[in-house]
Amino acid sequence: MNIFDVIGPVMIGPSSSHTAGAVRLGNLALAILGEGVKEAVIGLHGSFAQTYRGHGTDLALSAGLQGWATDDTRIPKSFDSAKEAKFDISFSTINLGDLSHPNSVRFWLTGVNGNKCIVTGASIGGGRVVVTNIDDFPVEFNGDFPAILTMHRDRPGAIALVTSILSTQGVNVAQMKVFRKQKGGLAAMIVETDQPIDDAAFEVIGKLPHIQSVRRIQLV
Amino acid sequence: MEEKLSLQEWIDLAETKKISFGDFCIDFQAKELEIDKKVLLERMEDMLHVMEQSVAIGLTGIASMGGLVGGNGKKVEVYRSESTDKSVVGSVMSKAIMIALAVGEANASMGRIVAAPTAGASGTLPAVLFSLAEARGFSMGELGKALIVAGAIGMVISSRASLSGAAGGCQAECGSAAAMAAGAAVELYGGSPEQVGQAVAITLKNMLGLVCDPVAGLVEVPCVKRNAGAAAQAMVAAEMALAGICSVIPVDEVIDAMAAVGNAMSCTLKETAQGGLAVSPTGILLANKLFAKVES
Ligand code: SF4
Repeated sequence: MNIFDVIGPVMIGPSSSHTAGAVRLGNLALAILGEGVKEAVIGLHGSFAQTYRGHGTDLALSAGLQGWATDDTRIPKSFDSAKEAKFDISFSTINLGDLSHPNSVRFWLTGVNGNKCIVTGASIGGGRVVVTNIDDFPVEFNGDFPAILTMHRDRPGAIALVTSILSTQGVNVAQMKVFRKQKGGLAAMIVETDQPIDDAAFEVIGKLPHIQSVRRIQLV
Repeated sequence: MEEKLSLQEWIDLAETKKISFGDFCIDFQAKELEIDKKVLLERMEDMLHVMEQSVAIGLTGIASMGGLVGGNGKKVEVYRSESTDKSVVGSVMSKAIMIALAVGEANASMGRIVAAPTAGASGTLPAVLFSLAEARGFSMGELGKALIVAGAIGMVISSRASLSGAAGGCQAECGSAAAMAAGAAVELYGGSPEQVGQAVAITLKNMLGLVCDPVAGLVEVPCVKRNAGAAAQAMVAAEMALAGICSVIPVDEVIDAMAAVGNAMSCTLKETAQGGLAVSPTGILLANKLFAKVES
């Protein structure tokens, strides 16, 4: 916690959890997709489902998926620019279960190049957010650090190769987590780092053996 | 768990160094953030500019997203301009009321605001700072320093209690905003570090127990008007502290009491819209109307 967490952030109102947090969840989902969004189907859960219109949560999610920041004054008009960009977005209410945070959202995204992903996250207060599921992998990360997300085969050495590339680039790993569904199957890994990951390192990681896809997640 | 901060500790340090609480906070925060003091002040002045713009947005009289608030800042502006002897509270506080409402309404209509400490309570600090600035001609630099004092107070409250309505009720949002503004006001008027602490303690005592009960779960009713109330509480406490009045209960203990009250508060009174004004007959009626709109 520093003084700018108290005096700030500068944001579009009315609610840090239902508006600013929603923008950030959109930003994270966009980064996870890794390309511009062509179609977004969005399910809203709990308090998000009940109060999204009055808080502009829908506008904020659309703004976040277009890569805008939480203080972008275009947010109230984000549907117009989505329409112009032929970005199709629709909302419905869903029930993600009693255990889900009341401010939860699930995105079904299709990108301009045809990539798809399903992302679930929650806005946990004060504009802070957490992503809890990516393509059926239970994960947990918040976008506070630069990060890379890999989908890879669960093989010995797959992880070490990634971290060794980072270390040769002088990037320090702050935290990392690996998730897999079954031994030897597809696994997901999130590596949060102290320094941003540059283009060169990012490209090399994408070409490593066993790596199926890699995404860079860098919020401001 | 992070270590709990102590406002009294910082006050004592400032008193021993014989510097104002504002100067202490600037030194301390610049060191903590590893940035130049000048940069820190500039960033605070940027925040002040955003706040000024929020006031302007609100005073256009725009309506909120949920349609429950809007146009009240403008009403006070008109009332003030008609004649000075119409004001019950005098020109400075009436200006503060106007600004608090305007920023609260800007927030509710998806305008750009500075969450200070939260979006719901974003009208309180601008109200106190700008109304006093008009009365006494404070510069942006002086207001920036006062804002750093406010931020430091907020950090202590956040570490010992909470700044969010969902965790601690509205005492944690509007109460904290008021306490921060009270400390800032004392700093602006040349009060001692000790007096800053007294103003914070008195404000929080006067707002202890305030529940968070937003109608339909929206940051509109009672939030916008509560900002005006919070600004007034801040000015009342600052006046007492500057006159040399002390809080019997020391400031850190008051903050801890606020944390305890927040924990004891029923969940229905912590932003869930299941208690208080939110479940008044009219509150329920309005919520049903708004939710029907969502369904259709
Ligand atoms: S009532 Fe609740 S939502 Fe409204 S300002 Fe207070 S804490 Fe924030």
